[in-house]
Amino acid sequence: MIAKFRGTYGSGFAPLTYAGQNYMVVDRSLIPDTLRVLRNEEEFDYCVDITAVHYPKREKQFDVVWVLYSFARNERIRVTTQIMDGESLPSSVSIWSGANWLEREVYDMFGINFDGHPDMKRILLPDGWKGHPLRKDYGILQQDNEWVQINLGIESGQ
Amino acid sequence: MTDSNTLSHLDLETPEKPFLDANELVINMGPQHPATHGVLRVILRLDGEKVLGLECVIGYLHRGVEKIGEHRTYTMFNPYVDRMDYVAAVSNGLGYCETVEKLLFVEAPPRAQHVRVILTELNRIASHQLWLGTHALDIGAITPLFYTFRDREEILKIYEKYCGARLTTHAFRIGGLQYETYAGFEKDVSNFLQFFRPKIDEYEELLTTNRIWVERTRNVGAISAEDCIALGVSGPVLRASGVKWDLRKAQPYANYKNFDFEIPTGQNGDTYDRYLVRIAEMRQSVRIIEQAVGALPEGPIMAKVPKVMKPAAGEVYHSIEAPKGELGYFIVSDGSTQPYRMRVRPPSFVNLQALEIMCRGQLVADVIAVIGTLDIVLGEVDR
Repeated sequence: MIAKFRGTYGSGFAPLTYAGQNYMVVDRSLIPDTLRVLRNEEEFDYCVDITAVHYPKREKQFDVVWVLYSFARNERIRVTTQIMDGESLPSSVSIWSGANWLEREVYDMFGINFDGHPDMKRILLPDGWKGHPLRKDYGILQQDNEWVQINLGIESGQ
Repeated sequence: MTDSNTLSHLDLETPEKPFLDANELVINMGPQHPATHGVLRVILRLDGEKVLGLECVIGYLHRGVEKIGEHRTYTMFNPYVDRMDYVAAVSNGLGYCETVEKLLFVEAPPRAQHVRVILTELNRIASHQLWLGTHALDIGAITPLFYTFRDREEILKIYEKYCGARLTTHAFRIGGLQYETYAGFEKDVSNFLQFFRPKIDEYEELLTTNRIWVERTRNVGAISAEDCIALGVSGPVLRASGVKWDLRKAQPYANYKNFDFEIPTGQNGDTYDRYLVRIAEMRQSVRIIEQAVGALPEGPIMAKVPKVMKPAAGEVYHSIEAPKGELGYFIVSDGSTQPYRMRVRPPSFVNLQALEIMCRGQLVADVIAVIGTLDIVLGEVDR
């Protein structure tokens, strides 16, 4: 599989292993293709998780991570890509319908948009909330005071 | 069809026209509803009593567990994970400790692994008991609740004697266990197994052939294996649809590979099959505990773990078969004492997505049955 990927994508693809777990760092432009090939040709039919990591000091601020599993191969793999703040990713809801809520959570927590998602809105926080709490520049005590004052009628939730 | 906001007035001139327009009705259920197992809000789109579609509104219990994890050391975050799926706190702890152990490249000693398996499987039974009691209560059978809570108490007593806590136990530590088992632990566990085995038959006597139960659950909320896999559904819900997949067998963690047990599966993927699968899982858990308690090895209970944990920079995803499904932790370490990123992959959150497919075309009363059969805990859905 790795040889095939390297043959097709060349330098945009880097297979890595840490603590016995395989993951691949893929260029942003190759993401739609990679996910589709993994689902349709390599039988990774179970999208376990989609999440992101924020590195504010990097130029490409976000790592977006897909955790995939294949029932047929009993194998797990992670796909990672790096994107800049404000850059969007193609939605994978058409590949795995379970990606729906997972992508919404990434949007809610990090503010990363997924193009073509059927219902791109917040999932855990209220719709009118400002800010994305899992970004590193969002303080642990920080909250949307304006929202709290208007909607809860209290000075602060702290 | 007329505008849903305007009522059609009674037309007496043309009696062949229907008296009422079959307008869609949108009703709100929850978040404060006794049958939603916490604070789940469901917006239902109905045609009479038939569900045309629904939307879940979640987040009422969001506490930012992942953010807290990034601001605590690895040791300090350990008790927090118990508060996610609070009816299966021990499973949460096992998943977390094992993930950090993977980052640290240590492994818990055999005795600790055995005790972990015993406590985790007891927790699976307790979680299924709580599910059975409340699920049956939702559907209208009150008795099972008393039976299951009476028996669950015995498990909580073992926890209380072992670590002092009953619900949010914080039973495990990174690298092994904090406490050696108390004198008489094995006896207590064996006694419980002996006490509990006939109790499962008792539950089954109450429900399995009960006509009302069967009518209310069979062919209700059916989901196919393909839909389950596409939606990422795991745990008993997936197995009831016929997929023989359990992480304890597929990718054994702790020392599950040493134990002999089966993976119960269903065929129809309906509420009744999910009930049967969970009942069968309780029996399998009894089997596992019996083997573990009979062969409890001697030895240390704690691996060599540094007092100040600073895992090398790297990232690890590890998951376990929690009572509700695949519970995963994705931790990114930057080499400091605190995790750089702490992601929890909660089974309830992902499984809840299947509610729409399972309820479409069913009656509104069945929505309650389907929410119950999914076995969600909102503390874990919202984190």
